[in-house]
Amino acid sequence: MRIPILKLHNYLLISIQTEIDDNTAIQFQEDLLNKIHETGASGVVIDLTSVEIIDSFIAKVLGDVVSMSDLMGAKVVLTGIQPAVAMTLIDLGIHLRNVPTALDLEQGLVKLRQELGD
Amino acid sequence: MNHQSCVTIQREWDIVAARQLGRDIARKTGFGTVDQARIATAISEIARNIYLYARDGKVCFDVIENMDQKGMSILATDSGPGIDDVGQVMEDGFSTSGGLGAGLPGVKRLMDEFDIKSEIGKGTEIKAIKWVR
Repeated sequence: MRIPILKLHNYLLISIQTEIDDNTAIQFQEDLLNKIHETGASGVVIDLTSVEIIDSFIAKVLGDVVSMSDLMGAKVVLTGIQPAVAMTLIDLGIHLRNVPTALDLEQGLVKLRQELGD
Repeated sequence: MNHQSCVTIQREWDIVAARQLGRDIARKTGFGTVDQARIATAISEIARNIYLYARDGKVCFDVIENMDQKGMSILATDSGPGIDDVGQVMEDGFSTSGGLGAGLPGVKRLMDEFDIKSEIGKGTEIKAIKWVR
């Protein structure tokens, strides 16, 4: 199973719509970094509106992909985290402190534009 | 209506199967969205531990109905190497797998009751309960 990555101008957009298992998450990490390299994208939005569960493993993969993209020079914003997911993450003790987030895709794009100064 | 459902954990995908079934049962038991997410996430953490450390085990779900409360129990058993120091794995930030170390203490916070028993060379048993509010 692969998560589709869409290119829009100098941004990459990802909407995670399926239940993510560990392999899919790792595959996505690799695919996204390759796509950043290929396209020279400067910003990435990962939309999690349809994601009902983020456990410690998926959280680690998401946090890591933000740091990895940052190393390559691309800014990542996570958007649309559900209320139930946010509460569960804090209960688990996962704060994702250095990860930029926004309410929805639209706000995510605004945040990217501000950060990148586009 | 107190019948038990179990998922065998042997492959990585079984983690997803376990949390999907658990969430389904949680919804039917009458838990709200947030508690469904808590239960499913707890199952995911427990099932991943079995997959990573024991390789073979199972996670079973039961609906509990008393006079005054209703809940759901998760019973995870494996025949893995066992945990040497149960106190240590219940400390926040402890991890041997390079994960976030959120695992078991996180599960304890997500659920209402939590109990772990482990014996070296025999395996580990985790029992957790969430009550409908």
